Amino acid sequence: MIELRNLEKTYGETHALKGVSFSISKGEIVGLLGPNGAGKTTAMKIVVGYLLPTAGSATVAGLDVVSHPLEVQRKIGYLAENAPLYLDMVAQEYLEFMADMRGLDAVTRRRRLARVVEECGIGHVLTRPIGQLSKGYRQRVGLAAAILHDPEILILDEPTTGLDPNQIVEVRQLIRRMGKTKTVVLSTHILPEVEAACDRVVILIDGQVRADGALAEITRSRVQVAVLSTRDPAQVREELGHLEGVVSADSSDRGDGFHAFRMHLAGDHEIGEAVADLARARGWRMRELKRDDRSLEQVFRELTESAAEVVA
Amino acid sequence: MSAASAGGAGRIPSPVRAVAVRELRAYFDSPIAYVFLTVFAGAALFTFFNLQAFFTRGMADLRGLFGPLPLLMILLVPAITMRLWAEEQKQGTLEVLLTLPVRDVQLVTGKFLASWILLACGLALTAALPISVALVGKLDWGPVIGGYLGALMLGAAYLAVGQFLSATTENQILAFILGLVVCLGLYGIGTESFAGLFSDRTAAVLRAIGTGARFESVARGVVDLRDLVYYASLCLFFLAGSVMAVRARRWT
Repeated sequence: MIELRNLEKTYGETHALKGVSFSISKGEIVGLLGPNGAGKTTAMKIVVGYLLPTAGSATVAGLDVVSHPLEVQRKIGYLAENAPLYLDMVAQEYLEFMADMRGLDAVTRRRRLARVVEECGIGHVLTRPIGQLSKGYRQRVGLAAAILHDPEILILDEPTTGLDPNQIVEVRQLIRRMGKTKTVVLSTHILPEVEAACDRVVILIDGQVRADGALAEITRSRVQVAVLSTRDPAQVREELGHLEGVVSADSSDRGDGFHAFRMHLAGDHEIGEAVADLARARGWRMRELKRDDRSLEQVFRELTESAAEVVA
Repeated sequence: MSAASAGGAGRIPSPVRAVAVRELRAYFDSPIAYVFLTVFAGAALFTFFNLQAFFTRGMADLRGLFGPLPLLMILLVPAITMRLWAEEQKQGTLEVLLTLPVRDVQLVTGKFLASWILLACGLALTAALPISVALVGKLDWGPVIGGYLGALMLGAAYLAVGQFLSATTENQILAFILGLVVCLGLYGIGTESFAGLFSDRTAAVLRAIGTGARFESVARGVVDLRDLVYYASLCLFFLAGSVMAVRARRWT
């Protein structure tokens, strides 16, 4: 549905995107993640035809965004960062204006307006000037305008910044509901957001894709932890280290006769059973056996740090 | 309630109309339109009766209205065009507009039409003058209609200049001042006091480029098609410039 190939963008001296490639299939909900200034917003602005790329290409449903901007824009609903709106307009007027700009005929306009007003829960603020609405309602009016033409693709730039926790939950539910029928790309630097809503994450750091995959894949670490009781941790460490697929093992004393052993794995295959079998055979008592999955926060920090090392 | 919703079921939605209606509503929802109309009509009346001495001249014509009109428009037009793009930039709504499936030229045209309609409203208010003159003396309506036509076209050119500058600068005040300077410059280079400083050939070119000298004949009631064509070209030139300035934003 969306495909970026070696996308580059420079603003004066700043190299915002340094060859970004990834593709998004129909129906996916993808989270675009990265620290501020990583290029998330720039990548989105190119896809929606607001900015032109310096090099590389972006296509939406097979159409190049530079040569066919209008066709691409018809397929996309876009909510820019901070939901910019005409603050002097009444919400209803704004939605009608957007419907006219999208070329919806009068019948479709009436039907879609009623629909998005209900979906976004803005019925009771329709007659109020947008400038007087709270941040949460502005965000919803922006979202309503973005889905007015029932687009196949929804692109949302930090849809929950500045909202209070209740509003965040509401907007997230809304996004998840949209995701059932649409391809959704959302950018954020709030990690629980991706965990809550996305099937897949693409992590951008310093204008480059640093990770791309299912959330579970990215957070899955290559460390197996087993907490065992033993008098001779060195021996256990030795034996665990010889299991197939284990590169090295270390241990730390838990102080009550138990030691936590951490096995670093070479690949992604499962060794839990092998550890359990070995423990049973040797008569070690086992309290815990788990894969030490990283939180997305950790993944993110590690990638950011390794990017910083490359620069340094 | 609004022009946009009053169209009925059979109407074809047009982005140009939607933009124009939105801009007009923005003018009339804020004090801009009312201040503009009041000052425009007030200044036209003031110069007509006081500075141009309608009563002492004893002639039932409207040179006193059309003569100072170019300068009046130069002063007031940038005030209604300065916000056209600079305000979109400031509010961030530029991103909303430029990601809609609408051509830049449609946006520029819609904005231009809104500003032109507002200016036409201002000119319409001054129609009180020819009507009262016609009541007290015998008024030849030909030159009056010609004068209004000329004023509308000259105003269109100034509006296009103003929109272009609003699209190229991000600051409204800057857009206003530049609009004033450029329109004044376009006016000034054609006037006798400036063009007279140069050799005959250069002066002829300057008079041809300047908007001022051309309007002097319009004010006398002589409307030359060439003058109107010139104003229209100037207008189209700066509207094309506005489209280019908007497009250039996508490269930054």
